[in-house]
Amino acid sequence: MSDHASTYVPKSAFAKWFESRLPIAGLVHSSFVAFPVPRNLTYFWTFGAILIFMLGAQILTGIWLAMHYVPEATKAFDSVEHIMRDVNYGWLLRYLHANGASMFFIAVYIHMFRGLYYGSYKAPREVLWILGVIIFLLMMATAFMGYVLPWGQMSFWGATVITNLFSAIPIVGDVIVSLLWGGYSVGNPTLNRFFALHYLLPFMIAGVVVLHVWALHVTGQNNPTGVPIKSAKDAVPFTPYATIKDVFATICFLIFFAWFIFYVPNYLGHADNYIPANPAVTPAHIVPEWYFLPFYAILRAVPDKLGGVIAMGAAVVILAFLPWLDTSRVRSANYRPLYRQFFWVFVIVCVLLGWLGSKPPEGGYVIASRVCTIWYFVHFLVILPVLGLFETPRPLPSSILETVLRGKKGGAGMPAGAAAAPSTKG
Amino acid sequence: MTTARALLAAASLAAGLALPLAASAAEGQPHPPREKWSFSGVFGTFDRAQLQRGFKVYREVCQSCHQLKIPFRTLSQPGGPQFSQAQINALAAEYKVQDGPNDAGDMFERPARAADNIPWTFANENQAASANGGKAPPSLQLMAKARSYERGFPLFIVDALPFFQYQEHGADYIHALLTGYKDPPAGFTVPPGGHYNEYFPGHIIAMPKPIATDGQVEYPKGPDGKSPVPETVEQYSRDIAAFLMWTAEPNLEARKRTGFMVIIFLAVFAYLMYYVKKKVWAKVGGEAEGLPGTAPLGPTH
Ligand code: HEC
Ligand code: HEM
Repeated sequence: MSDHASTYVPKSAFAKWFESRLPIAGLVHSSFVAFPVPRNLTYFWTFGAILIFMLGAQILTGIWLAMHYVPEATKAFDSVEHIMRDVNYGWLLRYLHANGASMFFIAVYIHMFRGLYYGSYKAPREVLWILGVIIFLLMMATAFMGYVLPWGQMSFWGATVITNLFSAIPIVGDVIVSLLWGGYSVGNPTLNRFFALHYLLPFMIAGVVVLHVWALHVTGQNNPTGVPIKSAKDAVPFTPYATIKDVFATICFLIFFAWFIFYVPNYLGHADNYIPANPAVTPAHIVPEWYFLPFYAILRAVPDKLGGVIAMGAAVVILAFLPWLDTSRVRSANYRPLYRQFFWVFVIVCVLLGWLGSKPPEGGYVIASRVCTIWYFVHFLVILPVLGLFETPRPLPSSILETVLRGKKGGAGMPAGAAAAPSTKG
Repeated sequence: MTTARALLAAASLAAGLALPLAASAAEGQPHPPREKWSFSGVFGTFDRAQLQRGFKVYREVCQSCHQLKIPFRTLSQPGGPQFSQAQINALAAEYKVQDGPNDAGDMFERPARAADNIPWTFANENQAASANGGKAPPSLQLMAKARSYERGFPLFIVDALPFFQYQEHGADYIHALLTGYKDPPAGFTVPPGGHYNEYFPGHIIAMPKPIATDGQVEYPKGPDGKSPVPETVEQYSRDIAAFLMWTAEPNLEARKRTGFMVIIFLAVFAYLMYYVKKKVWAKVGGEAEGLPGTAPLGPTH
């Protein structure tokens, strides 16, 4: 499966000439046209396409915004208002970009939990998974710096709180913080460098996405059974089968996205960010954007500042070690009765952490945050390693095709010729 | 089944943790009552007459303290109060703005034009603060989006849903604030320069009750010589809140109209793609998708 030679045949003379010098059309063909896709994929497998679409959308709307935005502390807030009021369809651009960041995270969280459920991080997909974790880290950095740009109260104070965390690092902490700030506090130099980085990072993400897709090309996609493709009958060619499904899913996702843009555009934001940044007035509650809340809750659950920073960092980095923490040889939770239950408990713990992150750090909230934080790490460090040793998995199907046929309740079976379809040209 | 049981157990654990917390979080701050607004909902639009009345309240009551940083011209643009161009020119000419330097290098005063921002009574924030007991009145143009309050679980989820969506927290808050001046409860001491307000966080606000009495602002009369709406504190507060919602979101009408068309277009597009997809997959016998959590080879099959 990993070494299917390109079946691309250049048609015109120019295409032949070009292909023998730079075989990029063949590369695209084998990754997005002839690429064999397990035929039993569900809509959870369309989020990769949705994510690529969202990255493109963020870059396009972002470049357009940057044509009107002014990265200067006394003008940034007003320039965003100028976009909202005076630029033609500026309100649309900005609501697309601001809500787009949230949609990006909704999609990436579904994509990641999909991976957790179906064991997509296990051999041979470890590198693919780690590249995903790197994309996630870059996305968090990008979104954090983007949120600073409108230079409202939450921008300013969020930046102050988060950059201050680095000062907890022994020895180099203070140096890092003054590098981030470009001075002795969050101010105009901070805004300037955050804008430069916010412009840069999405293109780095695009680069890592290329590696991610390349790694995918080598290992092939996982599927709901976790059983690899064993014969041509288990697979269909990417185009048209997966392409059309991805298009359909992306449009459905866009409807969801459009609802937020046009009818509840400020729902996911924070009202305080419509107040211009004011270093002399601290908001009553400083809360990050919703997609950071679970990590923010972990940060505050630890009584020690450095400890909190380490726990928060570890909560993300631990994902990179997942392929080796999970000792079970069965990939899909569909065949792991115990893991399946722990998976859902883990999902609920993450949602609870998100809710707790939005609450003031006092009383019962702190206790609940601590319980959930401990569970978060126990899930990775104790449950996953131990479960693989004791759990008796259900019997695996012998092939993907078998589950597809059984899934139809022993019904119609496959029409003649269907099995051969993957090898006919799409 | 087992998944369902695990989910149930985890959810009741979550609820058990959350309920006492929610109770402990409810403090003595009442929520602004939810009002009916013409601009809420999917087809919401502003009421022109209401916006024009709201602007009158701003001019006659709030302007002595608060800035409204929008250009005069926007008051005539579509989707807003839609004053006529002549009205706007006349209105702007009533104000003086500083301009310059002229050819001689001097700053000079001239009548404002439609393109100028509505000038503020105060030269700067410090002057505004010193005239108001140390607290500068904030500028109002974004106020309706810059204030909100927590609705708590589960209402905050309902607020995002189609048919239930609620985006008017800010307007409700302004209306509640302006009508929320009360005598302090027994035992509550109000410091000098402060005023008791039921809805202001912490209850002590530096702003004296701005709209004090019914009849304070004279509304345009209808053909029968009477104002079509009551000239009451309640109505003034409602009108200024609606007006401030417009200043905060001047493209609200265009946004909702565009959104409706975009969503219809996408829905039709999705419908078509669904059938294309079905057709394509029919070539390989259709899709057979296991839902997550259902083992296609489970013992029941
Ligand atoms: C006498 C001056 C004065 C007038 C007139 C006035 N305000 Fe204020 N207003 C203030 C001051 C001062 C504050 C700051 C209060 C504080 O922070 O304690 C304020 C604050 C506010 C706030 C923000 C409250 C918050 O949540 O922070 C709103 C909204 C507001 N005013 C609306 C209005 C409206 C609408 C009018 C006209 C109907 C008006 N004000 C008239 C002085 C005034
Ligand atoms: C990975 C993709 C990206 C993500 C997740 C992202 C995220 C964000 C976020 C969360 C904001 C704050 C939104 C707000 O509340 O106003 C923002 C603002 C901004 N972003 Fe991006 N962004 C991305 C890509 C880009 C790119 C490629 C550019 C191009 C230069 C860009 C330019 C801007 C500008 C100018 C602003 C400030 C204007 C505003 O606040 O609306 N972004 N971004």
